[in-house]
Amino acid sequence: MPIAYTLLGLLESGPRHGYDLKRAFDEKFGHDRPLHYGQVYSTMSRLLKNGLVEVDGIETGGGPERKRYAITEEGVTDVERWLATPEKPDLYLQSTLYTKVVLALLTHRDAAEILDTQRSEHLRMMRTLTHRKLKGDLADQLICDHALFHLEADLRWLELTAARLGKLAEAVTR
Amino acid sequence: MTPAGSLLVAHDLRKAYGPTNALDGAGFSIHPGEVVAVMGPSGSGKSTLLHCLAGIATPDSGSITYGGREMAAMNESQRSALRRSEFGFVFQFGQLVPELTCIENVALPLRLNGVRRKEAEGTALAWMERLEVDLLAGKRPGEVSGGEGQRVAVARSLVTSPRVLFADEPTGALDSLNGERVMELLTDAARSTNAAVVLVTHETRVAAYSDREIHVRDGKSQTMERVI
Repeated sequence: MPIAYTLLGLLESGPRHGYDLKRAFDEKFGHDRPLHYGQVYSTMSRLLKNGLVEVDGIETGGGPERKRYAITEEGVTDVERWLATPEKPDLYLQSTLYTKVVLALLTHRDAAEILDTQRSEHLRMMRTLTHRKLKGDLADQLICDHALFHLEADLRWLELTAARLGKLAEAVTR
Repeated sequence: MTPAGSLLVAHDLRKAYGPTNALDGAGFSIHPGEVVAVMGPSGSGKSTLLHCLAGIATPDSGSITYGGREMAAMNESQRSALRRSEFGFVFQFGQLVPELTCIENVALPLRLNGVRRKEAEGTALAWMERLEVDLLAGKRPGEVSGGEGQRVAVARSLVTSPRVLFADEPTGALDSLNGERVMELLTDAARSTNAAVVLVTHETRVAAYSDREIHVRDGKSQTMERVI
């Protein structure tokens, strides 16, 4: 679960309160999806239970008490292991689109139009991301580029499939 | 049915090279300040479309109007004057004159239009600053990198303040980072001068810098909904 590892990683620079953790996470990684407080506290209590963090201090003020968390040796090892383990490449396989194209061919609908419509939608998204990239900082650029390269890969698939529609039609209607 | 406010409009263009129909009923329109990507697989006719729109090639049939004037009704010298003063061009390769310095290359279109050297190079330098290549002014094209050379070429294409910029695979020879920088500077410069950009590309990340795209397949163009 990346959120847990990310919070753990953020603790490596020093103990923090749950609220600080949320703020640091949102600032660096949250972008469109900031964390809910509930997520932070449930994650921290799980990490606490597993011995990956410990309570470094408790502040009692006017409001509810605030725990300050610190990462443990085990926690550091865990983050290190997570960082060193490669992610499984996401084999999206275009399954929904593939199904739509084949179904269109089987039912004698215009499969090329489906691909065209999808291409247009992909490009629209790419435009939005490019726009955001141009206005954003380096972090925004990296995040948008990641999405853009994935969309580009999809588009290459759409292009190739469009070029092979004739053969695909023969194969599926045989 | 000319779209209102269009600067350059083409209808039902046909062009054959021998037995091959490069264009088979293609249409096109662009507004001032708009960036339109012309996309399509190799051999689909997208470069032929650009050449016809720019008056470099003559279609066998169909009509092209620029600013309300029918291009077919112009003679070659009128078309040539149009290309020199109202159109700008950026291509993928080999567009800079190797014997001239970068600033002389950028100033060249103005010099050909009869502008004096000092004035031409002053304007050229302003465009080079804009494209962030002003420090290369005294270098020759052989002494600069691919990305820098392409930005010099973009500066040259804009130096006459064209109303339409034709860019044929302008980033085709560049790596991603340089290509994106060229696109960013090119579209930014074009938009700020309200120039229309006809951008032929097969790269989707380059096309993403456009306002909308048209897709050419088998010599026919398909206009996607206008998305801005």
